[in-house]
Amino acid sequence: MTKVASRVFNFYRDGFRQMTVGRTLWKIIIIKLFVMFAVLKLFFFPNYLNTNFKTDEERAGYVLEQLTRQPVQNIK
Amino acid sequence: MIDVDPSLVNWSRAQFAFTAMYHWIFVPLTLGLSFLCAFYETIYLKTGNEEWRKITRFWMTLFGINFAIGVATGIILEFEFGTNWSNYSWMVGDIFGAPLAIEGIFAFFLEASFFAVMFFGWNRVSKGFHCFSTWMVAIGSNLSAVWILVANGWMQNPVGMAFNPDTARFEMENFAEVVFNPVAVSKFTHTSSSGFVMASAFVLTISCWYLIKGRHVEMAKKSIVVASVFGLVASIFVGFTGDESAYEVAQKQPMKLAAMEGLYKGERGAGIVAMGILNSAKEPGDVQDAFLVQVKVPELLSLLANREPGSFVPGIDDLVYGNKEENVMGVNTMMEKGKLALTDLAAFKEARKNKTDQVAEAALERFNVNKEFMGYGYLKTPEEAVPPVNIVFNSFRLMAIIGSLFPVIFGAFLFYTMKGTITEKRWLLPVGLFTGLLGLLAQQAGWVTAEVGRQPWAIQGLMPVKIATTNLSTTAVQITFAMFAVVFTMLLIAEISIMLKQIAAGPEGH
Repeated sequence: MTKVASRVFNFYRDGFRQMTVGRTLWKIIIIKLFVMFAVLKLFFFPNYLNTNFKTDEERAGYVLEQLTRQPVQNIK
Repeated sequence: MIDVDPSLVNWSRAQFAFTAMYHWIFVPLTLGLSFLCAFYETIYLKTGNEEWRKITRFWMTLFGINFAIGVATGIILEFEFGTNWSNYSWMVGDIFGAPLAIEGIFAFFLEASFFAVMFFGWNRVSKGFHCFSTWMVAIGSNLSAVWILVANGWMQNPVGMAFNPDTARFEMENFAEVVFNPVAVSKFTHTSSSGFVMASAFVLTISCWYLIKGRHVEMAKKSIVVASVFGLVASIFVGFTGDESAYEVAQKQPMKLAAMEGLYKGERGAGIVAMGILNSAKEPGDVQDAFLVQVKVPELLSLLANREPGSFVPGIDDLVYGNKEENVMGVNTMMEKGKLALTDLAAFKEARKNKTDQVAEAALERFNVNKEFMGYGYLKTPEEAVPPVNIVFNSFRLMAIIGSLFPVIFGAFLFYTMKGTITEKRWLLPVGLFTGLLGLLAQQAGWVTAEVGRQPWAIQGLMPVKIATTNLSTTAVQITFAMFAVVFTMLLIAEISIMLKQIAAGPEGH
């Protein structure tokens, strides 16, 4: 078991070490994920319902309110 | 009354369209190039010829670059669901949860695990296992697409669910019905096969550049042979899947089909407009001609839309105002039913709040009679159900015209490469050089047709886009739109520059 784990570890370690173009690509991936999750998601894209309501019941109530407000006004 | 600012809806819509279109630059290339790498490597495995190994590694490097830049761009769409489309997200959470979770598992286990073997495994695992891993990456990438398209197909044709008025959610009742939704099936076959065409066109573009420059000639010719066979078969298949897709549109989203054809007055034995210029002043219900100029193939639309020559294809006016003779219910009638459904839903909600169960039950019973028209209750005028006809008509034609060129282009390249005279055909090589760009245009035009064509609906007939959106400030959406424009453009520049560098270095530079 340990032998297999060590072979898998070595496989990935050597693979990462021998990368050429891959090094640049990994840098881009890490920067991209950082910008997406640590900047965009955190500061600009909060989950609206999760942020503003505590329980699913409250969220359901809010959405139902949104769904049913407009038509009542619209009916002539 | 909810006062949804139309500019908020449009900015939210533009932001989603923008990120989806950027995401879709990378995805089709991943879908098709993964299979091309698998083909090249299988030939290497069978022949043992080192030239094929070199070819495989070269295209695999370009595949890796595209994958790395494109990976996670789709996550932005999920952020937008939670922030900009919270009503929609809440309502479809139960339906989308399962397909997207399966997508995540497939993506992780098939792509991620075999991806490492594909790139790190040369000379370190057996040739057979390496080739197997490449195939698994290709299959895994395409299976991931299945689940995303199942979700998209459901929005175009919501099946296998029931609306729960207590939780305000669509709940899945029949998983198989959702997965084998005919719209989802035709969407997957059409989308994935068009991805194969896109990747084949990409290989043609780069190989033609090498041939024009007189570099890596043998590699380029070998690459072209495989890409042309794959592209030829896939582009013919795209024609069939496109036909099936249009048939499903005709049956499930007749308004979209009418917009695709610029058809205002429905007719029996309707023809297809091969080429035409729409009259931009034309409005539903008026007496103006829909076209300034048109070239029409008679009877063909009826045959393709209903599989029956001479059958009736409803036009925009029939769908908006109804056509009793042809048994077409108009949007005006559906709006009345929709408003009743929403009034009953509001009554149900109030009765639940007041804990008057009998009143709630009666309201629910009335709601169930008209619930399938629920979304129409939000429309202010029947004409609001008409998508932007000009965009849909023209994008559909752009896609179809480019699509019909591909079999000819791939056929010509295959013929002359097999004959051994491709390097002498100086007129054909520049055509090949632009094939990738044509593929990209067709891809984008296809999605514009599909997504603009289904407006105003987020969920067909049940939820218009304006109700799906979160009531945020327009400025907040404009700011994030600008941020995405910067981030995604930087990513695209990074991809193009790394790829160009790699292409310039050639097969020895991986």
